[in-house]
Amino acid sequence: MNHSKRILLSAASMAAATAIILSGCSSDTESGDADSADSGLTSVTLQLQWVAQAQFAGYYAAVDQGYYEDEGLDVTIAEGGGDIVPIDALASGDADYAISWVPKVLGSIEQGTNVTNVAQIFERSGTTQISFKDAGIESAADLDGKNVGSWGYGNEWELFAGMQQAGVDTTDGITLVQQAFDMNGFLAGDIDAAQAMTYNEYAQVLETVNPETGELYTADDLNVIDWNEEGTAMLQDAIWADTEKLEDDEDYAAQTVAFIKASIKGWAYVRDNAEESATIVTAAGSTLGTSHQLWMANEVNKLIWPSTNGVGVIDESAWAQTVAIALDTQNETGTTIITEEPPATAYSNEYVEQAIAELEEEGVDVMGTDFAALTVTLEEGGN
Amino acid sequence: MTAAVPSLSLRAKSTNARVRPYVFGALGLVLLALVWEAYKAVGPAEGVMIGDITVLPRTSDIAMPHLWTMWERLGEPVTSAAGSPALWFAVLQAAGFTLGIAAVGWLVGVSVGMLLAIVMQRFRTAESALLPWVVLSQTVPLIAIAPLVKRWGAQIEVGAFDWEDWMSVALIASYLAFFPVSIGALRGLGSPDKAHLELMHSYAAGWWSTLLRLRLPASVPYLLPALRLAAANAVIGTVVAEVSIGLRGGVGRMMVEFASAASGDPAKPWAPIFGAVLVGLIAAGVVIVLGLFVGRYRRGEVSA
Repeated sequence: MNHSKRILLSAASMAAATAIILSGCSSDTESGDADSADSGLTSVTLQLQWVAQAQFAGYYAAVDQGYYEDEGLDVTIAEGGGDIVPIDALASGDADYAISWVPKVLGSIEQGTNVTNVAQIFERSGTTQISFKDAGIESAADLDGKNVGSWGYGNEWELFAGMQQAGVDTTDGITLVQQAFDMNGFLAGDIDAAQAMTYNEYAQVLETVNPETGELYTADDLNVIDWNEEGTAMLQDAIWADTEKLEDDEDYAAQTVAFIKASIKGWAYVRDNAEESATIVTAAGSTLGTSHQLWMANEVNKLIWPSTNGVGVIDESAWAQTVAIALDTQNETGTTIITEEPPATAYSNEYVEQAIAELEEEGVDVMGTDFAALTVTLEEGGN
Repeated sequence: MTAAVPSLSLRAKSTNARVRPYVFGALGLVLLALVWEAYKAVGPAEGVMIGDITVLPRTSDIAMPHLWTMWERLGEPVTSAAGSPALWFAVLQAAGFTLGIAAVGWLVGVSVGMLLAIVMQRFRTAESALLPWVVLSQTVPLIAIAPLVKRWGAQIEVGAFDWEDWMSVALIASYLAFFPVSIGALRGLGSPDKAHLELMHSYAAGWWSTLLRLRLPASVPYLLPALRLAAANAVIGTVVAEVSIGLRGGVGRMMVEFASAASGDPAKPWAPIFGAVLVGLIAAGVVIVLGLFVGRYRRGEVSA
């Protein structure tokens, strides 16, 4: 290689590197401006507990349909990640509201984080323990002596509560298997009974070809232990707000009502338009397959609708059950989520009830009594 | 990742000798592909176990998809949604995004690393004070600092400048990248013989010109492997930090998202892995090209 060629090559590579750097710099996605004074809207950031997917369809629908704008809010949805704790983002002021499971937050509250559950969006738990029919696992008691899959990290409590309630020794009576994001361990037989969300991992199995039949697995191949039926369900996706700001800042309290109101409207939209909602979430950047996304929207609807007390209202007995399990259930390391009752500020129906009253005045159906779920056909790979 | 790239040397070689590394590099790839398919074909379905520990994976299509399945999958759209781009295109886009952030992280890391090395070389006290911290810095797990960096960054707002999430990722990449550079450069800057230093002294050359004319050129053989390591570290740091804070756009986040397809569409999660390999190769390649610049100082390489 002669000298001039070398310089040319170097120059070209430098140019390429520069171009790459510049292209990296020009990405300014999802950075909400601190205030959008020109539009007259209040900027609000919602921190999700995971990446965009139909589990959060109601919030994406509310953005897409302009429900937040109608309430004077400019909502930025911040996606979660592997190490993002939504409640930390809320407590540090990065986010104004956060979506998180109740048991995951109770521990933070006991350690001094001041947050309040202002709307219990999911009434029912989506966590199940699934197994192949031939394993003969039909209830929590049948898990005795089996290889039981668990995600850990605060996702295991309903499973442990269920087993302990059924008299299974969760220390020596089972073999606990750490579960990954996928269902490969279950499909390969390493796990007899795997944790599965109705709206996600359960579908992942049904999207997989059964090598014995050459066709997709079907619901008939599986036994499902539903923690709602076993009586150890815990409250899941809820909207959390900053307790101190609720008490001290009237604007924030009013904004909270507005935020809940528009969010519930979003969920009502998802109930009535599951297919459009799945499309909205995909357009917002989710790369889940189309049939998987729709399945998720539909299953999430089942966790919300029909609603017993009006969507978002925290049911006292369900809250008490969640707290009781959090106090009494030990996981494999012998720890419990909390050691004493959470403070009274841990949840409040004040804001959601006001939001529901306003919605009912507008004629929005917040009960979904007539809700009928779709029948979603999953394609291979969820595509 | 750097090992797969044949090293270039500027010394005159016959065409034959110059082509040879590429041939071997390509052969290595083919061999890897053959081993994959051969193991898949003849390996036990349940994988190879020693006691209770699996040492080689299962050979099912879910655990080890055929290479051609992965290849075909790259040509199909990401999802069946209307307007969904082909998988290879989406992966290339994500790889470009990751590469851009890794490049920023690498530049920052190299600058900081060089600066630290020069300060440590100049002042003995600085070396005693800084070096232990430089080493200690690498023992902090990435998953611990990633959310912290994101949160601190979110609070930075100076005038029109707004800290963005990609900058947090670049910062984490630079955190991994500066280490080999500071260590390698420190050794390199101290590498000139006493005789050479005394010669500079006899010329009445000051610290600055000694640095410029003697120490920096002498550090090149130490620096080049350090820069390559830094490039690899920056890429790893970027991918891991993307996963950690959930930054959208790069291959790291793509890996997390596609993981849910691991059972039903097992070839799909491999695509971003190829993307990450590609980013690593390009990063290492750019450093090799940089090495051509300083070829006349490169009398051989000393690994850091």
